[in-house]
Amino acid sequence: MNEATTWIIIICMGIGSFGLRYVFLGIIGNRQMPEWVLRHLRYTAVAVLPGLVAPLVIWPSATGGQPDPARMAAAAATLVTGYVTKNILWAILVGALTLFGGLQTL
Amino acid sequence: MTSYFDRTEFLRGVRHGLPFLLVVGPFALLFGVVATEAGLPVVQTLAFSVVVIAGAAQFTALQLMAENAPTVVVIASALTVNLRMAMYSASLTPHFGALPFWRRAFVAYGLVDQSYALAIIEFEKRSEMSLGQKFSYFLGSITPVFPAWYAATLVGALVGQAIPPSFALDFAVPITFLAMIGPMLRTKAHVLAAVVSVITALIFAFLPWNLGLMVAAAAGMITGAEVERQTEKARDSK
Repeated sequence: MNEATTWIIIICMGIGSFGLRYVFLGIIGNRQMPEWVLRHLRYTAVAVLPGLVAPLVIWPSATGGQPDPARMAAAAATLVTGYVTKNILWAILVGALTLFGGLQTL
Repeated sequence: MTSYFDRTEFLRGVRHGLPFLLVVGPFALLFGVVATEAGLPVVQTLAFSVVVIAGAAQFTALQLMAENAPTVVVIASALTVNLRMAMYSASLTPHFGALPFWRRAFVAYGLVDQSYALAIIEFEKRSEMSLGQKFSYFLGSITPVFPAWYAATLVGALVGQAIPPSFALDFAVPITFLAMIGPMLRTKAHVLAAVVSVITALIFAFLPWNLGLMVAAAAGMITGAEVERQTEKARDSK
């Protein structure tokens, strides 16, 4: 990806992210949003991130798309740690250690 | 002239914002490292953090850029991750709607997961707060966090340049995402939204331009909303 394209992405994401943050505060004001819209917005992050990550775990690019036990184990360890501890950093740490351990032994 | 600065509230905000340094610092550091490992120059890596200030969206963009997804798809996917910001904006509007234009713009720029969570809890707990006190508290809560976010990104970017590639960092982004997903699974609706998203993404992985992700996101959102509606209906009918 060339540098100009990256700038375009950064600028558009900046404008878009600001727009999303500003839309109600600045423009819509005190009008109430329909309940069904809010209900869907609540699940955006949890609907996007798992879908993004699933193919990366099952078909990692580093192994040319071949399923890899070390990466799967790391993925499982990260998810479980995050769920149990509710702490992102602990989850990253456990996941990274599992990955490096797995790459050494598996 | 109305005063928008209340020292006591500002300092209370700073105190409440400080613990988030422990989360935000390492997270921005990781973004800096991963972004430069993915080939981004230091300036662009820092620009990402200053302009976008949303970790999950930044990592999403990074991953899709590494996969050479079309520019439109990169932007659309990353912004979808950020849709929850619109929800925060709506939720804070009753509190900040009366601020002058540029102050509302400033609040919008400073609206992130942490500042939103602090603000909404504090405003609901202490309903007697004035507009100026609320603004000061909000300002205080982001004062430690934002400079740390920029600075840690820069440090990460400089460190990333020094790390040799092929350090199995290909999996840093997936691990970061997985770590973020765990704490999000608070209710049955969240869990099912995530499960449906995973299954749909794998089934539609063959679609070009990462459109499978868009399908998965829509399916996940609809699932979450519908499960929540059913759960509420079941509770109300009891």
